[in-house]
Amino acid sequence: MSNSAGQNIKTVFKRELKSFFQSPIAYVCIVIFLLISQALTFLFGGLIERGEATLTDSFFTFHPWILMVVAPAVGMRLWSEEQRQGTMELLLTMPIAPWQAIVGKFLAASLVLLLALVLTFPVVITINYLGSPDNGAILCGYIGSFLLSLSCLAVTSAVSAFTRNQVVCLLVSISICLFIVLAGYQPVTSFLLNLGGPALSDMVASFSVMTHFQGFIKGVVVSRDLVFFATFIGFCLFVTSIVLRAKRA
Amino acid sequence: MIEVKDLSKHFGHKVAVDGISFSVKQGEVLGFLGPNGAGKSTTMRMVTGYLPPTGGSIEIDGTDIVEDELGAKAKIGYLPENAPLYNDMSVYSFLAFTAEMRGLRGGEKKQAIERVLDMCFLQSVRHQSIDTLSKGFRHRTCFAQSVIHDPDILILDEPTDGLDPNQKHEVRALIKRMGEKKVIIFSTHILEEVEAACTRAIIIDRGRIVADGTPDELKSRAEGAGAVTVKVSGLAGSGIRQELEKLDTVRTVEVRDSNDISLAAQLIPSKKSNDGALSESVFQLCVDKGLMLQELKREEGRLDEVFRKITRSDVDAGQGHKASKQDPEPAAAAD
Repeated sequence: MSNSAGQNIKTVFKRELKSFFQSPIAYVCIVIFLLISQALTFLFGGLIERGEATLTDSFFTFHPWILMVVAPAVGMRLWSEEQRQGTMELLLTMPIAPWQAIVGKFLAASLVLLLALVLTFPVVITINYLGSPDNGAILCGYIGSFLLSLSCLAVTSAVSAFTRNQVVCLLVSISICLFIVLAGYQPVTSFLLNLGGPALSDMVASFSVMTHFQGFIKGVVVSRDLVFFATFIGFCLFVTSIVLRAKRA
Repeated sequence: MIEVKDLSKHFGHKVAVDGISFSVKQGEVLGFLGPNGAGKSTTMRMVTGYLPPTGGSIEIDGTDIVEDELGAKAKIGYLPENAPLYNDMSVYSFLAFTAEMRGLRGGEKKQAIERVLDMCFLQSVRHQSIDTLSKGFRHRTCFAQSVIHDPDILILDEPTDGLDPNQKHEVRALIKRMGEKKVIIFSTHILEEVEAACTRAIIIDRGRIVADGTPDELKSRAEGAGAVTVKVSGLAGSGIRQELEKLDTVRTVEVRDSNDISLAAQLIPSKKSNDGALSESVFQLCVDKGLMLQELKREEGRLDEVFRKITRSDVDAGQGHKASKQDPEPAAAAD
């Protein structure tokens, strides 16, 4: 009568996804992401004026700044809501290992973010209509954006395990995401380079998702970057499980 | 079915549970009593695998809960305190979720949901959103969740909290009925509940077991348990009193009403016993002396008196340490 790990993850995933779309959270996050990303692309990115058949500088380059707010907003309820409602006690006394619950919830929130990214497709149609872009590079950019949003989501998952208060979770998560984005942002790295030489700037940048994101949006997938994202996300989910265990002990 | 040995739980420096041992067999309904903060919920959370114990062991039907957490959890149904629920779900989809978590699929799942909807009187709200339910319905929804997989072991933390008297009665009857085939542990503040539904009761105070026995055994510890109230006529009251005082089963005679032809009194037995020795000797006396026995009633003792006598943590938390150390009952270990 017992479930396999996959079934457990699927059950939690389904429940979580349902509750995303039963509350306004998923809709609000998706709509805000779409509005802001499109506005930035056409108003500041100058997609049309550039006259280039590429989305790198006009579209993907804004994603870290939007996603570091949107991903925490999507993920802030993951474990804080569970603690506030007391349902964590219910969930974790069922025959499910905590990591399965963590993964199931993470995947549900990931799907919301994936949907947000997929719904930006009009911009892809537009650029294909106007010119003949490298659609492989565009796909690559989307993968980069998705991995970056998953990193921010994983940070949020870990933070939400700490607190039952969603607002606290949101603000702390955004701060951490801001750090991991800024740490590799070019103006910041050159400032650090002047300040403390290459050692300091490299060390800080090694924490950053930005350096690894840059490759993707230029249309280059390097296995090193994939490994970085996988490790980063895995580490954050591991921290989530440590925190949840510590909370119970 | 459940074997708990030397269980303890520390939160930092605070000792919440301090070396508890007990076992529960199939067909037993165990009531957990104790003042607020005595460690009832903490103990239950450890038995259900939510909190890891600081020390000691818990075996669920032969499975150690630390070694095979999922295997042990699969055998348990659990109603946490305050009945937590996912507020954004409907009753039906919530029960469907818990059924799936318990490994039920397809037709089996549908059957299980219908069974618990009927059992917990939830048919009328089956499609209602949980956040619109009244407290009684919320509680029953959470209760339904705990029995959806028809577990052998049922652990209920204050299952009748917040219910109206009719619902309380229903739940007690349900517990009693299910208790014939399952192992049930439930905690409560309501002492009459213990008498109504339990085959055994454990009283916990400050993380320790201070009493363990059937409700009747516990009641016999009360002040005045085993005393006999009599009304005898046929002689002057003082004469009857003298005769009664001669009995070796009687320690004292407390006169309630005495007149020329009768005596009403409460007899305190010499040995603290709940068997009928005192009543028998009074009856024999009346037969021998040709007296008329108008009333003969043995006091059973009251559970709330016992409870007050042996739990004091919320009354004299400050100065009570000495008193509790000298408590006459050093955790009569299980069985």
